[in-house]
Amino acid sequence: MNLAVYWGGIAVDHKTGVPLLMEKSKPGRIGYSLPPLDVPELSLDELIPKEYLAAQIPDLPEVTEPEVVRHFTQLSRRNHGVDVGFYPLGSCTMKYNPRVNEDIAALAGFSRLHPYQPWDSTQGALELMYQLDSYLAEIAGLSKTTLQPAAGAHGELAGLLIMKAYHREQGEEKERQEILIPDSAHGTNPASARMAGFVVKTIPSQLQGGVDVIALKDMVGPQTAGLMLTNPNTLGLFDQNICEIAKIVHRAGGLLYYDGANANAIMGIVRPGDMGFDIVHFNLHKTFSTPHGGGGPGAGPISVSKELEQFLPYPIVTKEDHRYTLTKPAKSIGRIKSFYGNFGVLVKAYAYIRIHGPQGLREISENAVLNANYLMHHLKDDYYLPYNQQCMHEFVLSGKWQKAVGVSALDIAKRLLDYAMHAPTIYFPLIVDEAIMVEPTETESKETLDQFIEVMKAIAAEAKEDPDQLIQAPHQTPVGRLDEARAARKPILRWRSKEI
Amino acid sequence: MSYIPNTQQEQMQMLKACGLSEIDDLFSQIPTTLKLKQPLNLPGPLAEASLIKHMNILASKNINLDTATSFLGAGAYDHLVPSVIKHLVSRGEFLTAYTPYQAEISQGVLQSIFEFQTLIAELTGMEAANASMYDGATALAEAALLACNATRRRKVGLPANLHPEWIEVARTYLENQDIEPVIIPYQSDSGQIDIATMDASLAKELSCLVVQQPNFFGCIEDATGICSWIKNGDGLLVAAVNPISLGILKRPGDYGADIVVGDGGSLGNPLSYGGPTVGFFATSGTSLIRRMPGRIVGETIDGESKRGYVLTMQTREQHIRREKATSNICTNQALNALVATMYLSLLGKQGLRAVANQCLQKTAYLQQALLRAGYQRRFTGPCFNEFTISGDVDWAKVNHQMLDKGFLAGLPLQQFDKDLSDSLLLAVTEARTKEEIDEFSGLLGGYCSGS
Repeated sequence: MNLAVYWGGIAVDHKTGVPLLMEKSKPGRIGYSLPPLDVPELSLDELIPKEYLAAQIPDLPEVTEPEVVRHFTQLSRRNHGVDVGFYPLGSCTMKYNPRVNEDIAALAGFSRLHPYQPWDSTQGALELMYQLDSYLAEIAGLSKTTLQPAAGAHGELAGLLIMKAYHREQGEEKERQEILIPDSAHGTNPASARMAGFVVKTIPSQLQGGVDVIALKDMVGPQTAGLMLTNPNTLGLFDQNICEIAKIVHRAGGLLYYDGANANAIMGIVRPGDMGFDIVHFNLHKTFSTPHGGGGPGAGPISVSKELEQFLPYPIVTKEDHRYTLTKPAKSIGRIKSFYGNFGVLVKAYAYIRIHGPQGLREISENAVLNANYLMHHLKDDYYLPYNQQCMHEFVLSGKWQKAVGVSALDIAKRLLDYAMHAPTIYFPLIVDEAIMVEPTETESKETLDQFIEVMKAIAAEAKEDPDQLIQAPHQTPVGRLDEARAARKPILRWRSKEI
Repeated sequence: MSYIPNTQQEQMQMLKACGLSEIDDLFSQIPTTLKLKQPLNLPGPLAEASLIKHMNILASKNINLDTATSFLGAGAYDHLVPSVIKHLVSRGEFLTAYTPYQAEISQGVLQSIFEFQTLIAELTGMEAANASMYDGATALAEAALLACNATRRRKVGLPANLHPEWIEVARTYLENQDIEPVIIPYQSDSGQIDIATMDASLAKELSCLVVQQPNFFGCIEDATGICSWIKNGDGLLVAAVNPISLGILKRPGDYGADIVVGDGGSLGNPLSYGGPTVGFFATSGTSLIRRMPGRIVGETIDGESKRGYVLTMQTREQHIRREKATSNICTNQALNALVATMYLSLLGKQGLRAVANQCLQKTAYLQQALLRAGYQRRFTGPCFNEFTISGDVDWAKVNHQMLDKGFLAGLPLQQFDKDLSDSLLLAVTEARTKEEIDEFSGLLGGYCSGS
């Protein structure tokens, strides 16, 4: 071993960090024992022609259970989560994840169900899905929900395919090829539109951050399939022209898609359906706290208007005479995932809605918006605030004052890590230079917010007085700033045994 | 129940600090006409204990696999899961993190993904794997898109013995991008893809041919022969594999597959009514690796040459490339991939082999018993963990009667193909004991008119 360094109570090699599982492997070790085979064993050759058999077994690591426990415990200690500390990652809604929901999803009556059991043996699961469908439709202000999509982007794809099916039904599929997307939109919006076979047209934002309505009027026409929008938008601002925007798009024959990544701002306060949206997705891992799991599993159900119900992906849950079944809508766009969506995630979202009730959901949004405004108010003297107006659940600062003295948004983000806080989303939305997008969520206390304010102010001061501290940051983390360019230039995407 | 820490008094203080006097002032930018005038029409709040009670009631309306003995498979298998996994995976540092955008405080998740990529690459015999896809079906659809992109061809060969739901998902993804799925028939007696009767000129039109190994009916395909057929026309081979089978069967990399996908539900994840599972995606060669969808983690160093891991090759991705991205995928199935990593390391080389062998042996044991009872093998192709029997039986009715006796009997194939109305698809894993198999085959055998 090189030089032992201690971080989080772990002795690790200075250069290599926590050894990889593969590096810990010793021939003959095993971490799980099966019951002995209790049926008569036949020779492999009798069962499978030799040419189909593996010449050798895949070289998986050989480690014991205690080693596996220590390995992943060590890895976990090198990782930040909402449970560890503040996580104001804009547009990601990193709120507290209630543990009771984990217990509930793990109940054998939910976690030990096979997707092809007869419906009569899964009435509880189907009832839960049926109810969640209606709850989400109510929150969206729309008619019916599909629970199939596995994530927000997957919901976007399904929603756009529904738009396509709608225009096909109108005999206008060939003409209506364009999806309008604001320049402030999440990257998944244009990527999903292309996957659905559409052409993307970017709408500029006006000076106040909303959709440029005049530009929109010029851009819509018989070629318009629809508009994708999030409201509040990625600047954290509510687009007050939404009714006019909806009217313009609908008059042109297009549909409106609501990107629900920012729905934590609006529950019980305003509904996308009432704003004029036809299709809405929710990120259950964000708004309904199912948690994020280090990058999934999430779920991205979409709710649609009455007239679009017939196009929903199948299966959907239907109730007839107190019995729940899975059915196929008349003009369904097809199947988008195997089985019935990320059911285990749906269970947690259902529980989250039930524990809160309507007033509780409203209070979530109220406090999410209050916390964001509180932070914005206290940070706008130290960081440039390009859109100086009341925000919703998040707001976007610009690091351009700091950039002027040679400190980038990235440097600010990296310095925050030294204070055991996750950085905000940076360099997004693209329309703000050196963007720093802050979303505190409702589950953070005033003390945490005050602490963040204090740290951000200290960093702003440091940018002036000791910029090197920031440019070299982070200093307190298990590894220093990592060389991303090197990783991309010569990709090392897996471990390989040295003997090869 | 509420998880909001700030008291009403603190909320008032904070409002005041912002120059506002009441909560409603926070929403002044929303046009009044749009604001909800009444509360959402949802059931009232519950205390934690009441919620648990309610959820227990809902859960008890389901028959679960702890109370019924399952011989269902068809893409979701009841495998044994080491207890330790649930303890490790529920650590808050993993559970409550998101995509590791800030690498220096996300080394835990990043390293675990790097390990996942390594294990999947090793398992499939490919050079590289990504961080995960939603499930096997969507991974397959994206593999087909990648093949079209790489070969500049607009047709995809999908065998009729591929899982019907995977075919349907692929259709949804492909047809909306004007890519034509070409359904490749299987031999009605063996259940396997019939290369001998396939036109060689078709191989020149296909971007790729998909082979599911073992296929939907449980039969093992001649993947080597299939591979040479598609390669003769310069198309790619996409293998959709059951990862457990790779403890025994040849790795896709060893028979020449270009892209390998599959569902990692079997690798330690709960069945959970079919999801969340994890899709895996592996490929070889710089050109295909550079076009892979999804997150990819790479190794690098910091300023002091310390080893670390970062998200890499991000110029393929939606947040950089927007409409030019290789896929729209963002959130994937990281926690399920972490479970798979734990599972594969706990079982290790020998354990995976043992699980695969037990599935194989127990499947053969049940199959023999049912044949003795008078059922027929519907397909003659060799099997791994799943097989199809036929008999003059009303399977839906039998299934209900078997359920009353505590067994989830198998999947009637009539719902997928009317020509298979006499057929039942059964799976056996290492989780089934000889005693369970004997009781089950005795009962099911009783319904066979040939007996």
